[in-house]
Amino acid sequence: MIKVVDIWKYFDNNAIIKNVTASFEKGKTNLIIGQSGSGKTVLLKCIVGLLEPDNGNVFYDERNFTKMNIADKQIVRKELGMLFQGGALFDSLNIEENVMFPLNMFTKYTKEEKLERVNFCLKRVNLGNINHLYPSELSGGMKKRAAIARAIANNPKYLFCDEPNSGLDPKTAIIIDNLIREITKEYNITTIINTHDMNSVMEIGDNVVFMYSGEVWWKGTREDILHSSNKELNSFVYASELLKKLK
Amino acid sequence: MNLFFHIGRYFELMRRVIIIPQKASFFRKQVIVEIDNLGLKSLGIVVIISIFMGGVVTIQTAFNTDHPLLPIYAVGFATRQSIILEFSPTIISLILAGKVGSRIASEIGSMRVTEQIDALEVMGVNSAGFLIFPKIVAALIINPALVIISMFLGIWGGWLVSAFTDVLPLSHYMSGIMLEFSEYDITYALIKTVVFAFLITSISGYFGFYTKGGALDVGHSSTKAVVFSSIFIIFFNLVLTQILLA
Ligand SMILES: Nc1ncnc2c1ncn2[C@@H]1O[C@H](COP(=O)(O)OP(=O)(O)OP(=O)(O)O)[C@@H](O)[C@H]1O
Ligand SMILES: [Mg+2]
Repeated sequence: MIKVVDIWKYFDNNAIIKNVTASFEKGKTNLIIGQSGSGKTVLLKCIVGLLEPDNGNVFYDERNFTKMNIADKQIVRKELGMLFQGGALFDSLNIEENVMFPLNMFTKYTKEEKLERVNFCLKRVNLGNINHLYPSELSGGMKKRAAIARAIANNPKYLFCDEPNSGLDPKTAIIIDNLIREITKEYNITTIINTHDMNSVMEIGDNVVFMYSGEVWWKGTREDILHSSNKELNSFVYASELLKKLK
Repeated sequence: MNLFFHIGRYFELMRRVIIIPQKASFFRKQVIVEIDNLGLKSLGIVVIISIFMGGVVTIQTAFNTDHPLLPIYAVGFATRQSIILEFSPTIISLILAGKVGSRIASEIGSMRVTEQIDALEVMGVNSAGFLIFPKIVAALIINPALVIISMFLGIWGGWLVSAFTDVLPLSHYMSGIMLEFSEYDITYALIKTVVFAFLITSISGYFGFYTKGGALDVGHSSTKAVVFSSIFIIFFNLVLTQILLA
């Protein structure tokens, strides 16, 4: 369980994140949705500590992450995996080395055990026989999947995904969404996903937080969304003419 | 520009860089990789430049000291001294600042703009130490070796000129380069080299690490890395020479 309490973040005196309070449950896929520029990425970076919030606290299972020193933060971070908007695979390493990286860094497994784990993770994301390719030799979807494999390699307790399916075709997007959801349930992970893809919301939105210009505008489950009377949420959800008609 | 801001941030970065690595075995491997990347891959340029510069220094010295009161062997002596004291440690370091500095800044800078550094941080890796420290250690090991090679080749360049042209007789060159040899000169040159190696790698690492923006900014960072490494090499050359030789 991750809790954020009263988070504020400013850039050049503009409040980008305003008074955000929310909790994200364990074993659930928790979605942060909102239109482009609403502050999803900034909020996620505040949660993992890549950005320092100007006010407020982030709790990882009751541990106040924001107040920790660097050494303690590093201990918590060994328990988390993150999928970046662009994948952020290490260019200089092949896929096998990329996925093995957290294991090399933080575990005492033998070479064989590590390799076994790497192959297991790659198989889990349906990537076989690409161990020795470099990130530049993969398609966008394959990169995303390899990045997921790296994120789950060291059995994270917390998983963060920034737009896991942006730039993917609808079918691959659904495969990736379901993959993240399965992994979340299977290993009882606390997963937070940023997205503006309504398909994802309806597929995997166990808990949904709707951001609007830096604020939490609405919270609920995917079932609640369709019946909400929140004006901004409706205009986000029913953005296309087709959906408006369907409604 | 706000120089003090950069200096402050540089020292703050160095405090995160120069600490015991999180994983010693990984660190050793990285150092070896960087010795290859930063050192051995620069060997070619060091060899070519050293031989030619040694030759040119010999010819210049010979033509400019053509005076009946100066013994001919002085040419060999002057060539050796300028190569050991100045040319090999300083000029080779400046060349490496261009070659190695831009490589370090663009490598780390592009990792910054593609969020690879964020990915390291999120995993709990001390990214600054992980990326920069092995490069510093590698340069501290390999640059002195390159400079010693450069000294031999520079003096050999002079030998080639004496042996195959009639600029000066080989025997005079040989007695000149063996005249009054002082080991302290080598020590002085290597101290300079080590300081320059640290400046090149840490300054370039700094500019790479704090790259902001996109591909274009990676280019800016690597230019700045080369410019500032060179300036600081020249500056510290003066300071160290004053301290060590005066
Ligand atoms: N480093 C920064 N400096 C200044 N402003 C920033 C910075 N990062 C983000 N912003 C601003 O914060 C706002 C929110 O950006 P953010 O990246 O969180 O949007 P987002 O919801 O993730 O959008 P998208 O769906 O397009 O990824 C934007 O207006 C952006 O300009
Ligand atoms: Mg975003």
